Amino acid sequence: MDFGLIFNLTLGELIGVFTAAYALCALGLAMHFGYTGLLNFGQAAFAALGAYGYAFATLNWHWNMWGSFAFGVLCSVVFAVIMGIPTLRLRADYLAIVTIAAAQALYYAFGTSQFAWATGGSNGLSQFGTDFYAYNPIPVGRYSLGSLTFSEKEIWIRIVAWGLVAIVAVLLAVLTRSPWGRTLKGIREDEDAVRSLGKNVFVYKMQSLVLGGVIGSLGGMVFVLSSQTNQASTWVSNFTFMTWTVLLLGGAATILGPIVGSAVFFMFLMFTQTLLEGLVNTGAISFLSVAQVGQIRYLLVGLFLMLLVIFRPQGFFGNKKEMQFNG
Amino acid sequence: MLTALAIAAGLLSLSAPAQAAAPAANTSVSHHLAVSTAGHLSSSSDPSTWEYSIAGALKLNGKPVGGVVITATLGSFSAKGTSDAATGRWLIAVPEAGKYTVKIDESTLPKGFAVQNPVMTADLTQFSFAPVLFKFGGQVVATESVWQQLPGRLLAGLNFGLLLALSAIGISLIFGTTGLSNFAHGEMVTLGALFMWLFHASMGWPVVVAAVAAIIITAAFGWAQDAWLWKPLRKRRMGLNQMMIVSIGFSIVLRYLFLLLFNGDTKDIAGGAVSVKLGSIDTTDITLWGMVIALVALVGVALFLTRTRIGKATRAVSDNAALASATGIDVERIIRIVWVAAAALTGFAGVLYGLEFQANWLTGFDLLLLLFAAVTLGGLGTAFGATVGALIIGMVVELAPLFNIPNELRYAVALVILIVILIVRPQGVLGKKQRLG
Repeated sequence: MDFGLIFNLTLGELIGVFTAAYALCALGLAMHFGYTGLLNFGQAAFAALGAYGYAFATLNWHWNMWGSFAFGVLCSVVFAVIMGIPTLRLRADYLAIVTIAAAQALYYAFGTSQFAWATGGSNGLSQFGTDFYAYNPIPVGRYSLGSLTFSEKEIWIRIVAWGLVAIVAVLLAVLTRSPWGRTLKGIREDEDAVRSLGKNVFVYKMQSLVLGGVIGSLGGMVFVLSSQTNQASTWVSNFTFMTWTVLLLGGAATILGPIVGSAVFFMFLMFTQTLLEGLVNTGAISFLSVAQVGQIRYLLVGLFLMLLVIFRPQGFFGNKKEMQFNG
Repeated sequence: MLTALAIAAGLLSLSAPAQAAAPAANTSVSHHLAVSTAGHLSSSSDPSTWEYSIAGALKLNGKPVGGVVITATLGSFSAKGTSDAATGRWLIAVPEAGKYTVKIDESTLPKGFAVQNPVMTADLTQFSFAPVLFKFGGQVVATESVWQQLPGRLLAGLNFGLLLALSAIGISLIFGTTGLSNFAHGEMVTLGALFMWLFHASMGWPVVVAAVAAIIITAAFGWAQDAWLWKPLRKRRMGLNQMMIVSIGFSIVLRYLFLLLFNGDTKDIAGGAVSVKLGSIDTTDITLWGMVIALVALVGVALFLTRTRIGKATRAVSDNAALASATGIDVERIIRIVWVAAAALTGFAGVLYGLEFQANWLTGFDLLLLLFAAVTLGGLGTAFGATVGALIIGMVVELAPLFNIPNELRYAVALVILIVILIVRPQGVLGKKQRLG
């Protein structure tokens, strides 16, 4: 078994595109849940709308990168407003059920052959990143970082992905320290108290839902631009649940939490995957097949999520006082 | 050694997404990416080297059906297979991972017969083999008008609604007494169905014995869940939203345990049914029996809740746990009884679902949101409301095809209705306004 390879692959996740994509989705969720107390269980839908919006505008309307980007963002804004209007006035768990139901309904709609003209049906959409990669300033070639090698495209998507993470993190840090952000935290702690101060709680919640959703859709765009393929099956509810695990791992009401949480989470997954596969291949573990190793990883995700919420709801960086889960 | 190399090469492509043409199904770094890339390395255009396969057997009333053409497609790729006359078996080899659309050519079926779902999907994203079972007994494809189809659809809707009701009552009772929105509830449906498969189809026990055994197992699972997971959490005074997230994690753990223990194939539990003609309606004996038994069980639950002391105490705890406790009701004992009863009912629903349709490790999870829709529709926390909600959702799902809504979107329609109901009448059709919060 090659421990060097396992180590390198694990380390590679630290700067992986999926790590950045999940970090973005989790940052959006931090806005929703960590700072406003909104239980959004449809983050997969926001990410999917970003991804499909981008791909659709590029492929069908031949828009350039900026236009497609704007359309992806617009899709998730519209979705957030439609979801928010009926549910933000209701109890928190209504938003949870409505968002997860809407995300699942969208997932069915994306995968059906009925709308294949727009979504590609179960085959999905592909080859929509030409304009994005045309902006790549890095000359063609293979570049090595330690023992990992990357093509110029792989470096470009990583730069953009982590650049977006940095921009969003700074933006959130500024916003949550502003009077606006303090009002949101007030809503999370005691909605009625904030209302009695004359604030329009509904409008604040809506702004948070839209902003967090847009951040999630950025994550979705990054996710699909890396391979230029977008399939409906990516946006299952497991995507949302993994985002939640990433968020709670790092700490829900923190900025650094979702980012570090994502890195740790994916390094852990890659490490267990490669290690277990290595053990299976060398015959050290005989009761598992290589295919089952992938399944065990998901099992660990679920276990992780349970144990985190039970024993350390504030995550790595959170403050236990800030993590009441209201209700 | 060679396979290890191939897998290592596949893994390398994970950190090099631009070259990975493999579809990123499910999530990021999942295993199939590695396998499919490894597949690309070894496979060429020669079908005999293709590692992935889709297969099944066609049987009509126990007799093999030969000469039926089945096509698997993925993007521009498509391959055909023909069922064997002696065994009814068919097999299609395919080159790469993905979700294949498997279509049966209905013109090659025996005259006058049709399958329930002529188009199915085979999920080869996590496995190299996917069984696809086409089931006979659907309506004959002759063009029937909406009015001719209506009675059959209504019966199917009633049947599906009754099945949903059995498990929705469980969710509703648990929510009512503990406040928990249990996202791991669907897994109890799966548990019932899979154990029914194990006892009946695999070990050959008689239907009734197997069903009772499967229900006892789910009931025991309900007891254990409450004793070892939920009661300790209640004792820690954990918030309800926090518990909801725990149930999500629990549901993931259970699902992948089922996958590990029972594999991912869809299991045919009843092994075929006798078709019955009820006036103009085509149905099967299993469906009719299932409906009768489900109705009896629902009436039993209603009598239990309204006539017995424990039933009344359950409703009292649902209404106001503190007040119930003050009148001398042992709230924890009631909650335990509710967990066992809810699990038994849900497992029962799983047994019936497995017998009438088919079941795999995701069966319950697919139904979960429909159950939530039913419970919300009827009004959170009321057992009667859940039953009404379940019947409505069952009807909606089964009547959707009459309005030219494709099969894959049937569940989506129910979810859209859930959202609309929450907008118009958040307390549900029968709920009390105070539950809004």
